[in-house]
Amino acid sequence: MDLSLNGEGGNSVTKQVETICITTGPIEYSEYVTLNIGPIHPAMHGTLRVITRTDGETIISAKPEIGYLHRGVEKLGENMSYAQFLPITDRLNYCSAICNNVAYEMAVEKLLGIEVPPKAQLIRMIMMELARIADHQVCVGILGVDLGALTPFFYLIIQREEIYEIFEWHHGARLTNSMGAIGGVEADLPDRFHEKWPKLRNTIRKANDETDRLLTHNRIWMDRTIGVNAFCADDALNWGFTGPMLRACGVGRDLRKDEPYLMYDKIKFDIPTGKHGDVFDRYMVRMLEMEESVKIIDQAYQLYKEFPDDAPLMKKVPKIIRPPEGQIYHAIESPNGELGFFIKSDGSDKPYRIKIRPPCYMVYQAFEDLVKGEMISDLIACLSSINVIAGELDR
Amino acid sequence: MGFQAIQGEGWLLAKAEQLINWGRSRSPWPFPYGTACCGIELMCALASGYDMARFGAERVAFTPRQCDVLIVAGTITKKMVPVLKRIYAQMAEPKWVLAVGACACSGGVFRTYSTHQGIGSVIPVDVYIPGCPPRPEGILYALLKLIDKIEADHPLYKQRSKVIEALEAAK
Amino acid sequence: MSLKEKVQAVIGGDLVELTDFRGDLCAEVPKGRCLQVLTRLKEEGGFDFLSDVIGMDNLHLYEKKKQKKGKKAEEETKPEKQGPPPPRFEVIYLLLSLETGERLQIRVRVPEDDLELPTITGLWRAADWPEREVFDMFGIRFKGHPNLRRLLMWDEFQDHPLRKDYPLEGKGEERHLNYDIG
Ligand code: SF4
Repeated sequence: MDLSLNGEGGNSVTKQVETICITTGPIEYSEYVTLNIGPIHPAMHGTLRVITRTDGETIISAKPEIGYLHRGVEKLGENMSYAQFLPITDRLNYCSAICNNVAYEMAVEKLLGIEVPPKAQLIRMIMMELARIADHQVCVGILGVDLGALTPFFYLIIQREEIYEIFEWHHGARLTNSMGAIGGVEADLPDRFHEKWPKLRNTIRKANDETDRLLTHNRIWMDRTIGVNAFCADDALNWGFTGPMLRACGVGRDLRKDEPYLMYDKIKFDIPTGKHGDVFDRYMVRMLEMEESVKIIDQAYQLYKEFPDDAPLMKKVPKIIRPPEGQIYHAIESPNGELGFFIKSDGSDKPYRIKIRPPCYMVYQAFEDLVKGEMISDLIACLSSINVIAGELDR
Repeated sequence: MGFQAIQGEGWLLAKAEQLINWGRSRSPWPFPYGTACCGIELMCALASGYDMARFGAERVAFTPRQCDVLIVAGTITKKMVPVLKRIYAQMAEPKWVLAVGACACSGGVFRTYSTHQGIGSVIPVDVYIPGCPPRPEGILYALLKLIDKIEADHPLYKQRSKVIEALEAAK
Repeated sequence: MSLKEKVQAVIGGDLVELTDFRGDLCAEVPKGRCLQVLTRLKEEGGFDFLSDVIGMDNLHLYEKKKQKKGKKAEEETKPEKQGPPPPRFEVIYLLLSLETGERLQIRVRVPEDDLELPTITGLWRAADWPEREVFDMFGIRFKGHPNLRRLLMWDEFQDHPLRKDYPLEGKGEERHLNYDIG
C-alpha cells in the first residue's frame, strides 16, 4: 500500500511533531519513523490526517489531526432561523442525511413541546431506515475497497442508487435530502414506493447476500479483519463509543430500543452484537443491521398502510418559530451511533446555541488506543470500519 | 522544414497538435480530491452505474504526479487551502481543474470564518460545476466540457515563440 | 425515587439550582466543586456515561434580557441594583446512566476573569476531545488535561470563534496562512 507523503499539511504541525521527536525522545526512540498520512490520501476518507510513529511496520503512536473540514456549522446555526438551519444538517453526515434532518427536527419539536402525527412518524422511520441501509452499504463497500476487495463496492453502489431513487421521488434530492420540516413531513410516500419496495427489499437482500458470499468467508478477508484492533467493552464505554462500534464490543445499546423515539417501540427487531470489537465484528454488525432495517421497514410499512390517505402529515407550527427559553438535548440512533442535538433557545427566532454531538467524533478520539501496536495496513482497516465522516467529525 | 512548419500555421504543427490533443482528451486521468459531500457524488460518478471511465477517466490516480485532472469536490476550508495549493503544485503539466459543487466554486452555504470562499482565488479552475451537490450526470457533463476544451487547445502553438527562440539560438 | 430526588440526594449541598425543561434536568453546581460532584455522580449516582461537554458564551443572553426589561419598565422602576452579573461562560456536561437511561445536564458557570476548570479526562476519557474543542472555541482552559491544544482551528489561530463577540465571517486572522506555496 502506497503511503507516500501525499501532501503534508501546510501548517506547522508536522514540523512541531518532528522537533518533539528529535529533541525530547529518548535515544532508543531515534529509530522510529514519523509518517504522516493524509489529509489527502486515498484511504483517509477525504480530510483525515494521522501522524504516526512507526517501528518498522508497527505503530508506536498515531495522532489524529482533525479540523480540515471545520466549516463553522455551529456558528452558522446561531445566525440562522430554526427552519433555515435544516438544510445545513444535511451536510453533517452526508451518507445518511435524513437521519440528521430527523434528529434536528425532533430536537426542535422537543423544544417546542409538540408531537408529530403518527403517519408522519412512520414515514420518517421508513426513510431513516433506508438511509441507514445506504450508509452501511457505503461503509462496508469502502471497507472492502480499502482492504483490496473492489467488487462488493460495485454491487452495493448500484443497490444504493435504487434507494436514492426513492429519496428523489419523495423529496427531490439524492444526497442532501432536507427531508421533512419542523412539525412533520411535507409529502406522503410516493405512489411508486408501493410497487418499488417489494422489489427493492429483495435486491437489497440479494446484494447483501452477494457481499456476504464474497467477503465473510474469504480467507484473505478473514486474515485482514479478524482480531484486528479488538477493543473491550469497558474501554469503549469510557471513551464514549456508541452505535455499531459499541455493539461490536458486545454491548447491546441502541437508542431505538433504550430510549424509543418515533414508533420504534411498536416494532420488533433485534440488535446484533459482536464479541471482540474487532474489524470483523464491526463489519458483521453492520451487515446484520441492514437485515434488521429491512425488517423494520416491512413492519413500519404495514403500520403505515392502516392510515387513510388523507391522514395529517404536519402539525401546525407557527411560520416563524420562537421556542420558549430553555435548553434541551435530544439524541437518536444514527447509523454511526448516538447523534445528539443540544439546542439552547433564548426566546428569539434564532437558536442561541446549537451543539451537535457527532457519533464518530467520540470514536475517532480513541484512535490511538485502537491502533497502537498494530500494523500500518491495519490502521487503514480500522479507519474504514469506524466509518468516520469528516463532515460530521469537524462540523 | 520543421522550422517553417512551426513558424506559420503549418500543416505539420496542426497535425502534431491534433495528435497530442487526441491523446490528452481521451485519457483525462482524474485525481479525486473529495473532501465532503460532493466527494460521495463523485464516488457515484466514478463507480458502476455512471461509470466515468467511459469518457477516458479510466485510471483513478491517487497520486498527484500521475494525473491530469484535479477534481476538487467538496468544501475547502482555510486550513485546507495550503494543502490544495501543494497538491496542485505537485501535479505535472498539463493539468486541469474541475471545481465540483457550490462549495468549491464559491463557498456555498458556508459563509463562515473557517471556509474558503471558492478555490478560484488560489488555483486556476477550468470548469465550474454548480449544484449542492451536482448530480453525477453534471460531473460527467463537466468532464465532456473539459474534453472539448482540451481538444480546442493549441499545446504547441502556445510554445511556438519559445521554440523559435531556441532554434534561432541554435543557428 | 424519581430522578430529581436522586440527583438532589447525590449532589446534596453543592446544588445551586435544579431546573427542569421538557423533561431535561439541569443541575447547576459551583465551579470549585464540579470535579467532586461529577465523581460522586459517576460513582454513587450511576451516571457512568459522558455524552458530551458543551461550552457556551452567555454574553448576548444577559444583554438581551437587560434590554427587554429596560423597554418594559423603564419609567416605572429604575432597574434595581443587582449583584455582579452572572459569569459569562458556561460549561455543560451531558451525563447518561446506562442502566436506567436517564440523562442529566450538569452546568458550571465560568467567569471571564478565571477561565479555568479542572479536567474530567480522569473520570471519562471521552472528555478528551470535547474539552479541547471547548478550549479551542471558547478559550476555557482545563487544568490537568493531557494534551490541551487547538483541535479544529489551526495552531496559529489567535481567537476563539464561537464566542459571541466574534463575527460570523471572521476577523481575518488567516492572513498568516501561507497561501503562496505553489
Ligand atoms: S457544495 Fe453542497 S454537497 Fe457539495 S460539499 Fe458543499 S455543502 Fe456539500
